[in-house]
Amino acid sequence: MLAGKYATQQEREQVRVAYGLDKPFYVQYTVFLGNAIKGNFGKSYVSQVDALDTILERFPATFELALSAIMISFIIGVSMGVVVSLKPGAALSRIIMAGSLGGISIPTFLMGIIWVMVFAVYLEWLPPFGRGDTVQIGSWRTGFLTLDGWKHLIMPALTLSGYQLAVLLRLTRAGMREVLGEEYIKTAWAKGLSPFKVIVKHALRNVLIPVVTIAGLSFGELIAFSIVTESIFQWPGMGSLLLVSIFETDHPVIVTYIMLAAFIILAINILVDLLYGWLNPRIQYD
Amino acid sequence: MISRLQENQFVYSFLRDPSAILGAALMVVFAFCAIFAPLIAPMDPYDLTSIDLGNFLLTPGWMDGGSMNFPLGTDDQGRGILSTMLFGLRTSLLVGFTVVVVASISGIILGMVGGYYGGMLDAIIMRCADTVFSFSTTLLAILLLGVFESRNIWTVVFAICIAGWVKYARTIRGSVLEVKENAYVTAAKASGARDFRILFRHILPNVLPPIFVLMAVDLAVVIMLESTLSFLGVGVPITEPSLGMMIAIGKNYIYAGMWWMVLFPGMTLILLVVAINLFSDWLRDEMNPKLARQA
Repeated sequence: MLAGKYATQQEREQVRVAYGLDKPFYVQYTVFLGNAIKGNFGKSYVSQVDALDTILERFPATFELALSAIMISFIIGVSMGVVVSLKPGAALSRIIMAGSLGGISIPTFLMGIIWVMVFAVYLEWLPPFGRGDTVQIGSWRTGFLTLDGWKHLIMPALTLSGYQLAVLLRLTRAGMREVLGEEYIKTAWAKGLSPFKVIVKHALRNVLIPVVTIAGLSFGELIAFSIVTESIFQWPGMGSLLLVSIFETDHPVIVTYIMLAAFIILAINILVDLLYGWLNPRIQYD
Repeated sequence: MISRLQENQFVYSFLRDPSAILGAALMVVFAFCAIFAPLIAPMDPYDLTSIDLGNFLLTPGWMDGGSMNFPLGTDDQGRGILSTMLFGLRTSLLVGFTVVVVASISGIILGMVGGYYGGMLDAIIMRCADTVFSFSTTLLAILLLGVFESRNIWTVVFAICIAGWVKYARTIRGSVLEVKENAYVTAAKASGARDFRILFRHILPNVLPPIFVLMAVDLAVVIMLESTLSFLGVGVPITEPSLGMMIAIGKNYIYAGMWWMVLFPGMTLILLVVAINLFSDWLRDEMNPKLARQA
């Protein structure tokens, strides 16, 4: 791979020695750990550029995609869940619930391709791949500031949000149906509070705790589906970089991606723990 | 006597649930197609002597330019979509059933051992489970297959099992913690039964029912995961048939308006998953009356 397909035995040996691949694995692992603590994950075998830099350069694209997807799934998922719980028998509620069953039964990659077939190939409304025009601000390349960037974002963000949207919708609905029967909600109605206050401040706030927990715990799933989404839409993020690295067996980049994913998941779990305190003031951290 | 009554009750409620019957019937049809694929498929798409590159990218049989030899059209290698789909269904179901069986057995054993003995062993098992769980099944499977040197059906099964045993272990462990406090477990201990006997004869039968539901739900999840992995190119190798890979190939041609390479395997996959979900919905209501289906 590094020496090339037609390298001689001697050239192969030179590469192995140069990268320390001739040493026993525990020596390699100790060296890796020592470097990793200093934030040095080695160089990409293919591009010879620092692996962490290579990945971090792709971070803004993935972050903007994931952020949009989270916003979509949270806002639409939770509000639809509330609507469905208020009028379970209405035609609209039945349609939404059937749709959410589809969101769970259709794999993400297929959903993405269906979006492309309908909106890019058949209707030709939206561009099928890429990130469109971006603006460079410092070291951050953003697609949020151009119309073209937004157009390119819509389909990938909807694809990525699909599964989580369905899950959050079902969770919110189940939680709301339980909470709306509680005594304190009846009290709130009885004392003449506005419907908005009863539903959002009294009911929804108590429902949000399990919803936030599940959303936080399923963050690993979101990262996984971002790989899928980026591969469909050729989104220039960390996920498509990972797939290319897997095909090129570029181990330093793969390992760095794994470390970064673990770090992000850990950070999100801590963040969710802190959110509990805000959602439920009875929980105190000493 | 009691088990016969229960059986009858199962049969009775099953026959009264049209969506469960539909789901089960579809599953039987899919299983039949998968098992007898070599007999009913018009051709063997992975036998190089039977494919002819001249037949590449044919439209479905009923359209202009299509041939009735390939009722659902062909792909870029001249393989019939219908035949490849039947063989791909085999891969899906083979991976699905193997993973569910292996992951549930290993999860049950680890969960029972952890829950029954507690202490260090339990702590180690559950910390491993937490780590795997926070990475999520899909991400872990992609990353594991990413670092494997070579990939075939069995490495895919292995990777999904490594990522998928956790939910079984957690469920079982929770039930074991509860069940092991029962008087009959103490009685078994007092009568001198060995741990092995207590675990498998006294505890296991009482913690098993929720696992059947989990297995049914998991089957759909694993089948979707296998097709996702194959779609990404980290699943089964290109020399094996797979619905996910067919869709990945077909995706390159949708811009040219060639929809059949994506649509047929895609619909098959969705139908398979929906069938399993319909059946597992019924099973969940049956096994746990507390979670009766909400309208």
